Amino acid sequence: MISQIFSIAFVAQTIRITVPYALASLGGVFSERGGVTNIALEGIILNGAFCATVGTYYTGDPLVGVISGIAGGLLTALIHGVVSINVKADQIISGIAINLFAVGITKFVLEVIFHSSSNSSRIAGLPHIPLPFLESSPEVARLFGNPLVLISIFIVFSSQVILFKTRFGLRLRAVGENPEAADTVGISVTKYRYYGVMISGFLAGLAGAWLAFDQHSFTDGMSAGRGFIALAAMIVGKWNPLGAASACLLFGFAESLQIQLQGAGIPTQFVQMIPYIATIVVLAGFIGRSVAPAADGIPYEKEK
Amino acid sequence: MKIKKSALESSFFQNFVVPLTAVLLSFLVGAIFILIVGKNPIEVYSVLFSQTLGNSYGIGQLLFKTTPLIFAGLSVAVCFKAGLFNIGAQGQLQIGAFLTAIVGMKTLGVPFYIEIPLLLFAGMAGGGIWGFIPGYLKAKLGAHEVINTIMLNFISTALISYLVTNVFNVPATVHTPPISPTGHLLRFDQIFPAFEGSPVNLSLLIAVVTVVLVWYYIDRTKYGYELKVVGLNPRAAEYGGISVSRQVVLSMVIGGAIAGLVGSNFVMGYKYYYEEGFSTDTGFMGIAVALLGNNNPFGIILSSLLFGMLEYGGLVINTMVPKELVSILQAIVIIFVISSNKIFRRIIVNLIKKKKLLMVQND
Repeated sequence: MISQIFSIAFVAQTIRITVPYALASLGGVFSERGGVTNIALEGIILNGAFCATVGTYYTGDPLVGVISGIAGGLLTALIHGVVSINVKADQIISGIAINLFAVGITKFVLEVIFHSSSNSSRIAGLPHIPLPFLESSPEVARLFGNPLVLISIFIVFSSQVILFKTRFGLRLRAVGENPEAADTVGISVTKYRYYGVMISGFLAGLAGAWLAFDQHSFTDGMSAGRGFIALAAMIVGKWNPLGAASACLLFGFAESLQIQLQGAGIPTQFVQMIPYIATIVVLAGFIGRSVAPAADGIPYEKEK
Repeated sequence: MKIKKSALESSFFQNFVVPLTAVLLSFLVGAIFILIVGKNPIEVYSVLFSQTLGNSYGIGQLLFKTTPLIFAGLSVAVCFKAGLFNIGAQGQLQIGAFLTAIVGMKTLGVPFYIEIPLLLFAGMAGGGIWGFIPGYLKAKLGAHEVINTIMLNFISTALISYLVTNVFNVPATVHTPPISPTGHLLRFDQIFPAFEGSPVNLSLLIAVVTVVLVWYYIDRTKYGYELKVVGLNPRAAEYGGISVSRQVVLSMVIGGAIAGLVGSNFVMGYKYYYEEGFSTDTGFMGIAVALLGNNNPFGIILSSLLFGMLEYGGLVINTMVPKELVSILQAIVIIFVISSNKIFRRIIVNLIKKKKLLMVQND
């Protein structure tokens, strides 16, 4: 029984579920470490998925699709950046508006291009890198042959290094913790906050592209709350890349387990609640306190 | 030297000029989208207005869509006044509506003069409990209400989904058994045949009464005053002897209770049962409604009417352009309102600075 559940297929499924969470969650970490609250992740994922689908549909080339997905994510994040950083308007409301906008615009264009209010035409998937040494287990080969899986794993570890071991990371964190001090020593708060927000657009856009290729099409509202699970993982992971990714893995594991145990009497809905309850418990400080960057969500007003 | 209150700073400007500019601009941007799909914006907009405002059926539909927005907008506004951001109206109204339906199905045959207040109370209690949780966590542990209310929205959706499909459902459906007929609210078309077919009901009047009560509470009572002080400056409130944590919990409970009344429109006035997925974004629209209404209870009536018109309007223009045009318009209204508030304020500050300089020079 146990070995049946924890099979290679189970591992593959867990990773499949975890990848988009982890990418978006890391995006959230970069944005918020720089001081910009980002609940627009959900909308960025959705726009990324849609642009990836459209890009692939018109060119037949998945690589163009991936690039379009990232571009869609970047553009969406740019709106959030302008409203939050330049205009200095409320970042939470901006995020809500962007999520609403993404739902509207993707369905609107979906109907214009594909004449359907629910899904796009089928698109090609990503090509797999052949891995001859894994031939004995095709499922593992398929999983690790997916270039986005490898890229995602690389992104997780390099994010940790970038944020904590490089000058860029130090400055980004400075801008999110104490923008006045950063400004005093000549670090441009605006510039670094934009870096953070745009990285989140890149990563969440990529998460969207993953979803589109995973399902070989765009379906209405396909982000399905993943942006908020990513946000939850970011908090549970205490705004650390490795922490956030581990939380995503945990949530992915729970979801995968629930799929395996279907029919075993555990209601789906209770498994769905796990990430959200975990976040509330962690925020309440029952399991080690999770504290946001000090200037997270506060626009920086330069003293004149 | 005292600077006279600039005309730009007046509440008229805040209450009317900013929202109206935002709405006009969003319609302009919307026109671009309509042009892109090769349709005539003037034609689309004239259908939008004439089909929603031009006949009594349209008006009935519009008012039916407006009712829940008033509750949701008020819920967000009360919390805003206390300095709290209630993103959880969505979850609160779901729990409230669900509890309305459950109490309603368990109290068959109770006379209407008991049943109706009882069901309204059930809705308020459900929403209030769901508002109490983030309020308490904020007051006692300092946990951010924004994150907690977002999480609670998802938890309520999952929880109700479980209860509706496994515990309380009518077999082979995703809705609960019907509530007691004595709990039904009067539909307007039962009195005015002109509204024939539109489900607008007495819940609209309950919403208007709630608006007046909220206005009275916030602007005319001691508790409302304390709530506003906490919102403006919690530290000053604490020094002034106001219990900040009590006000935080209280305003979240009140906000939740008001959101919970949404069930009166849907459960008591329209379907007479709780149906899974009955509302997916009313709570979030409440944020937009509160913003556009500048958190003023009466302003919320106006902005609910606009958003109600857009929501029904999406359906009437769907044959010409995808109805999602309306979501795009709504999103743009929100972005313009929060941006123009900031941008205008900056212009005002600059104007005042210039004036100061001139005055100094004249001295």
